[in-house]
Amino acid sequence: MKKVTLFLLLILAVCFSGNVFAISAKKEIKTGFVYVGPVGDAGWTYSHDQGREEMEKLPYVEPSTFIESVPEGAESARVINGLVRKGHNLIFTTSFGYMDATIDVAKRNKDVVFMHCSGFKTAENVGTYFGRMYEPRYLSGIVAGKMTKKNIIGYVAAFPIPEVIRGINAFTLGVQSVNPKAEVKVVWTQTWFDPGVERDAADSLLDVGADVLTMHQDAPATMQAAEARGAYVIGYNSDMRIFAPNAFLTAPIWNWGSLYTKLAEEVHEGTWKSEQLWWGMKEGLVDLAPLSSAVPADVQALVTEKANAIKAGSLHPFSGPIKDQSGKEVVAAGQVLADGALLGMNFFVKGVQGTISK
Amino acid sequence: MVEILLDATVRAGTPILFATLGAIINERAGIINLGIEGLMLIGALAGFAGTYLTGSLLLGVLFAFAASFLAGSIHALITVQLRGNQIVSGLALTMFGVGITALFGKGMVGLTIVGFKRVAIPGLSQLPLIGRPFFNQDLLIYFSFLLVFVIWFFFYRTRWGLGVRSVGENPAAADTCGFSVSTYRFFAVTIGSGLVGIGGAYLSLASTPMWIENMTAGRGWIAVALVIFAGWSSPRAMLGAYLFGGITAMQLRFQAMGTTISAHVLQMLPYFFTILVLVISTQRIQKGASQQPEGLGLPYDREDRK
Repeated sequence: MKKVTLFLLLILAVCFSGNVFAISAKKEIKTGFVYVGPVGDAGWTYSHDQGREEMEKLPYVEPSTFIESVPEGAESARVINGLVRKGHNLIFTTSFGYMDATIDVAKRNKDVVFMHCSGFKTAENVGTYFGRMYEPRYLSGIVAGKMTKKNIIGYVAAFPIPEVIRGINAFTLGVQSVNPKAEVKVVWTQTWFDPGVERDAADSLLDVGADVLTMHQDAPATMQAAEARGAYVIGYNSDMRIFAPNAFLTAPIWNWGSLYTKLAEEVHEGTWKSEQLWWGMKEGLVDLAPLSSAVPADVQALVTEKANAIKAGSLHPFSGPIKDQSGKEVVAAGQVLADGALLGMNFFVKGVQGTISK
Repeated sequence: MVEILLDATVRAGTPILFATLGAIINERAGIINLGIEGLMLIGALAGFAGTYLTGSLLLGVLFAFAASFLAGSIHALITVQLRGNQIVSGLALTMFGVGITALFGKGMVGLTIVGFKRVAIPGLSQLPLIGRPFFNQDLLIYFSFLLVFVIWFFFYRTRWGLGVRSVGENPAAADTCGFSVSTYRFFAVTIGSGLVGIGGAYLSLASTPMWIENMTAGRGWIAVALVIFAGWSSPRAMLGAYLFGGITAMQLRFQAMGTTISAHVLQMLPYFFTILVLVISTQRIQKGASQQPEGLGLPYDREDRK
């Protein structure tokens, strides 16, 4: 019996000393990621996973854990809790629908840092992060406006939510800034991920005469449709030009690695505090993929100039005057749409052909 | 316009058609197969990998058939030889398919192949209205037309077809007549599964030539429902698959043309039709015109024969 007690005491001592060591050194980071799709989706989740791998290069970051295809909503709380129990101290939840579950789990685990992507709720140990994707979208619109010959541009859209609508509007403003005669036709697929339907939607836009396409979904189906019919295409999420070598012009892309690395550093140094990060091209979270050789040199120069203006803060895609579809002025000249209005956007600007069903 | 719509209909309906035909062969022999979604994924990955590695689309299709044939033989082993629960085994097969394709498909994401191209049939492809949709398509679509006829012919004009139907309707009687119930059922399940796999391969080789996890996006389940709509008949399966594909294609084109009908209403149509079709076919069943094989879902054990 005595031996057992001694043994237990010894274990306790070892545990304790371990803890003392942990406190004296800077914090080792063990990160966990919750993904909404499979890492093999070639789009949204894939881009997050690339960021995760980049972050893992930090010396003090332990091999991270990711959990794929986690359903949004209450179910996700169980998954997030599991990551906490396994000792992760920095957890990224990478879809809007994990918002409430993240806040919920965070309440009970104050020593863990949570970062939720694309939401609006925070707590003392929960921050949010997202990217100003509308900036590269605007630039890609300039490319599309310059490259279209029939002045019909097709947009294969996912769901009618502010994030997607903001992208369509920024793109259209870019188009209109160089080509006021061009129109952007929108087809909703109501899918994030169904290559067959997206391909069909892209074909339907080509059938009504579109000669430049772009899309919001994860899979490169729209790009293949454009390639097959000799049209141009602007991708999304990551540089997927391999799927459309001739049709590809450029793509607004995510670089999550820079953000993930910075956050891991902050938590390691102990300087992290809850914030709502909304990074743009200046910080490098979003960017435009290199333009293809199909884009003429003068357009390339124009895009570079505008990109520099956005990075310098002298150009904001949503600066007035902006008219809505009916021609009514929604942003006056000299004004810029505030972040709040951008996040809740629910109207189309002039030049978009399509409807937002409410 | 109608021509383009019909063309899109055939292309959207073909993967579902292959899957429905495969499922019909399963169920005609009395075995319910809820593993269609998983088998389609296995076919899609095997087809893509086969084509990528060998450079031949035809070999890709053969790979797809062989891989889902093998996966189907698991279902056959459990339900025919071991007389296990068909529903549970089928659902397990779907989960197995989703998981194993995610695992082995990792290295295939982001690779490209040259997919099936349209092959115009001289003369016929010039016909107005039906020329482009039916006679200017890829080889897999022509194969699906042939298959619809071959399956009908097999079931109603051959002795083997009669055998499959009889082990599905009344395995005890078929057994008495000298048909080997387990052999017929085993091959109906495996060959049917192989065809389902070709349906998956249509997605990864023709409609969007690439591999992405879960790229079937629920088409397997639509096929399961269409079997009932089709009343276990191959020509009606064609009608059902095209109806479903056509409504999807139509709503997208209405949007592209700029109609003011709410996108939500248009998107609801395919599912609304599915419900409608189920109501109509249930009505038909109640009137005693059911085509459902009598022995569907029941394991057969010679020792239990009454």
